Order: sequence, then structure tokens, then C-alpha cells
Amino acid sequence: MTTPWQAGAEPRSYPIHRSSDLVHIRQAVRALSQECGLSLVDQTKMITAASELARNTLVYGGGGAVRTGLVGADARRGVAAVFEDAGPGIPDVEQAMTDGWTSGSGLGLGLSGARRLVDDFDLRTAPGEGTVVTIVKWVR
Amino acid sequence: MSERIPVLRIGDVLLVSVQFDLEDQTVLNLQEDLAEQIVATSASGVVIDISALEIVDSFVGRMLSTVAAVSRVLDARTVVVGMRPAVAITLVELGLSLGGVSTALDLEKGLAKLGRPVGSAPR
Amino acid sequence: MVERDDAVDLMGLLSVEGQDLAASWVSEVSGSLKGRIGRAELDRELRELYDALVEALGQGAVDVHAEQMSEVRALLTELSRNRARQGFSPSETAISVFALKRILEPALRDGSAENVRAYLLLGRILDELGLFTIETYTRTRDELITAQAEQLLELSTPVVRLWDGVIAVPLVGTLDSARTQVVMEKLLQALVDTGSEQAIIDITGVPAVDTQVAQHLLKTIVAAKLMGAECTVSGISPQIAQTIVALGIEFDGIVTKASLADALKLALRRSGVDLVAQQGALR
Repeated sequence: MTTPWQAGAEPRSYPIHRSSDLVHIRQAVRALSQECGLSLVDQTKMITAASELARNTLVYGGGGAVRTGLVGADARRGVAAVFEDAGPGIPDVEQAMTDGWTSGSGLGLGLSGARRLVDDFDLRTAPGEGTVVTIVKWVR
Repeated sequence: MSERIPVLRIGDVLLVSVQFDLEDQTVLNLQEDLAEQIVATSASGVVIDISALEIVDSFVGRMLSTVAAVSRVLDARTVVVGMRPAVAITLVELGLSLGGVSTALDLEKGLAKLGRPVGSAPR
Repeated sequence: MVERDDAVDLMGLLSVEGQDLAASWVSEVSGSLKGRIGRAELDRELRELYDALVEALGQGAVDVHAEQMSEVRALLTELSRNRARQGFSPSETAISVFALKRILEPALRDGSAENVRAYLLLGRILDELGLFTIETYTRTRDELITAQAEQLLELSTPVVRLWDGVIAVPLVGTLDSARTQVVMEKLLQALVDTGSEQAIIDITGVPAVDTQVAQHLLKTIVAAKLMGAECTVSGISPQIAQTIVALGIEFDGIVTKASLADALKLALRRSGVDLVAQQGALR
């Protein structure tokens, strides 16, 4: 999935290296969701999904970065976030997307839960080559 | 050094009001502080007010479940009050139903819930 | 590439000496609209447009999207939006632009080759303006329809207060996913606004539910529980009960009652209200 960043609105990049970074990412995604005009419920869903994925990047990917900004396609507007890490990757994507499955100490809701909270979800990973997760929430 | 959220004591109830987006470490600190305070004060109930929270992710959700479970072991009951509708909808969609956690619409109703004996019908 | 001379020709075409083309234009359009817009209003509208067009052509504009045409576009947008709101058809709206072509035809009869060339060029510009009008018209109509659909959604999902601490949503008609979601959000917000711990979702008036709708209802009930409120579903028809079972939807842990009255009785009992018949009253 190529992300059609809105012209003139370059995405901003935020590092994910310690858990305090998550607060900044939530704030950034909230500001964008409000600017974009998402409904209150959709804002909450988008921020929560971003929080889950950022934590995944930190815990399982060993840290990385997120790029987030406004997107537009076919007269639609939305908020997108791309989480990227150079960690070990996910060997079995299907398993990782299952509710309740976790390789760490979490609840195993991160990936599958985040997918349910957003409109577009794209996961690219290979063992040893890191993981890139892209999410988009569109204005209804 | 990360922040700690004050734990207030009213009678035999501990009250925590979460007023801002929490760092993970602050969440863990709160979980520890509450367990310690329940023992130190022999509290019979804990009320956690999250009405100011705009989002609750699985990390905070897990803390709420853990606090509820720990307090049960320590013979105290935990009530989470004031969850916003958008937060509730998001938690359901996320797949987190906070099993074992008592909830109430607001602080007053939460305190009332603690005042009632366990298992009795509401009056 | 169009030369600047062409623009001058175009202007010449629109500013024939001793002729009030704008007036003829107004008459032509007025006839086609059968007096459904006041003559004075139409006159003002079209003269403004006419002046703006002459001005734009004078500045060398030959393309609808040209910078110099911005005033023309703004006026046309306003005109199209008004027509759409007043219930005119797309043709009746576009005719306002196309009528100008017809007005200019007589000038061609004894015109020179340059005149014909200019006319064709102007015709092309007017065609584009006509299309622009129809596009704006359509967009306005779409906006109107969306707004009306939203209003209908709001109207069709009232949340009513039955008692202190008891609210209900009587659902009537077919539920689709979008509407169920609106109900869900309204109901949960109403719990907070009214401080109600009991909510009744009455689906007596709902002929059928599908898996998605049932899922939304379930999620609402779980979300209400997370907030500290209890939900009761009432009025499930035999057909819907069979659908729920056939679809394999888990309705475990959800309180259902046959009628709204039963659900209210339960909600009252749960909120600590006892209903007692007055002494001596007939039962």
C-alpha cells in the first residue's frame, strides 16, 4: 500500500525508542485526527491503534520510528501512520494477527486489535528484515 | 524519574483520579502504589476515575484489570468510573472487555457501589 | 495557443454597439424558467455574470480554469447552488449559460470569417462553463441528499428517558450498519448525559437483523457495561430470535425481555424502584 500523503502536508517523523515517546506519538496523532475532522469516536480509535502499534514497534521491533500525516485520495481525507522498525520481523504473520496470540508479555491484541480500529491496515515483514505497518483512518 | 499519581484516602476507600495521558512507567507505578496503599491503609475499596482520559489502550486496560485482581486478593474491591463513550466503544473494538472490573458512570455512583455489600441487590 | 487578438474578437462579439445583449440574454433565460425566478433577480444575476465574463475575456482568458475566470466561476457557482436548492432541473440550470450562445447567433449571419472563428471559440468556452454549472449543481444536490440522510438518521433514532436513571431507544424500521452505529454512540452518550444506569434497546419495530447489526448491538451492550450501565434488549420477534440462533451469534450474558413493559419493570427493579399497586385498586 503506497500512502498518498496529501500535497503540501509532508508527514512528520517521530522516534520510538523509549516508552515516553508513545505519549508524543499519541499527541501528534490526536492533533492530526482533529485537524482532519475525524469524528470523536474515530479519533479515539485512531489514537488507540497508533498507541498499540507504537508499543509493538518498541517492544517487539526493538524501537524504530513512525511517520504520520494527512492523506487524500479520490476526494477522501484521512490520517495515516507508518510504523517502521528494523527488528527481527514476524515469522508467521497469520499467527501474529490472531487475537490473543503474543510472543511477548502483552495481551496479544496489538496487531489484530489495531486492525479492527482502522479502515486500512497493511503489514509488511520478513524474518530478519524488520516490520512496516501502515494504518489509515478515513473521514466518514 | 517518572511521575506518580496521588492516591487519596477517604474513609476506607482509596481514590485515584487520572487527569492526563499516562506514560507506561507512570501506569506501572500506579499499579504498585495502589497495592501498597491497600495493605498500608486496610482499604476496602478502590475507585479509579478515568473520566479525563481520552484514550485507554491495552496497556492501561491491562493495568485496570490487574489492579482489580490484586485488590480482590487483598480483600478490597475496585471500581473504574467515568469511562467516556468513545473510549468504551474503542476498547470493545480492540477486544478488551476488562473482565472482572466493576464499573460505574461517575464517582458518586462508584462510591455508592462500594458502599453496598458484595452481591446484594442494589437499593 | 490562442492569441491575444482572439480575446479582443471575443470581446467584440459580446459588446456589439447599440445592442444590449445582456438584456436579450435575461429575456431568453427568463422564458425558459417560466417566471419561477423574479425578473429583477435574474437580471441582476445574469448582468453580473455577463460583466464578469466580458472582463475575463478582456484580460485574455480562454479557459474556464484560467486565473482571470475566477470571478465568473464564483458567480456561476453561486447561481448553480441556488438553482439546485430551489429545485430546478440540471437543464434549467445549464440553459442560463447556453442561452448566451443562442443570443449571439444573429450576429453571425452577416459576420466575417473572424467573427465565425471568435463565435466558435466563445462557444467552446460557454460549453465548458455549462459543464461547470452542471458539475456544481450535482455537487450541491449530493450535499443536500447527504445532509437529509443524516437528518433522517438523527430523527429515526430518538433516545427517550422512561424514568429517573432509565433510558430507552425504540428502534423502528430496517437497521443498517451505519444507523446501528449512530444509535450505539447516541445511547452511550445519553447514559452519561442523563446519568442513567439502565438502558433498554427495544427492537419491536425491527423486521430483521443481520450478523453485522447484531454484532453492533452486542458491542453497544458491552461498551455500556464498561461505562457502568446495564442494557436490556426487548421486543425480539420470533423471526429475529431464529436468525440470531441460525447465525450462531452469542447472546450469552445479555438480558432479553419479550416486551418493552417487561424490560422497564426489570430496569426499575434493578435501579431499586418497587412498583406497588394502591390498596383497594383493581388488579
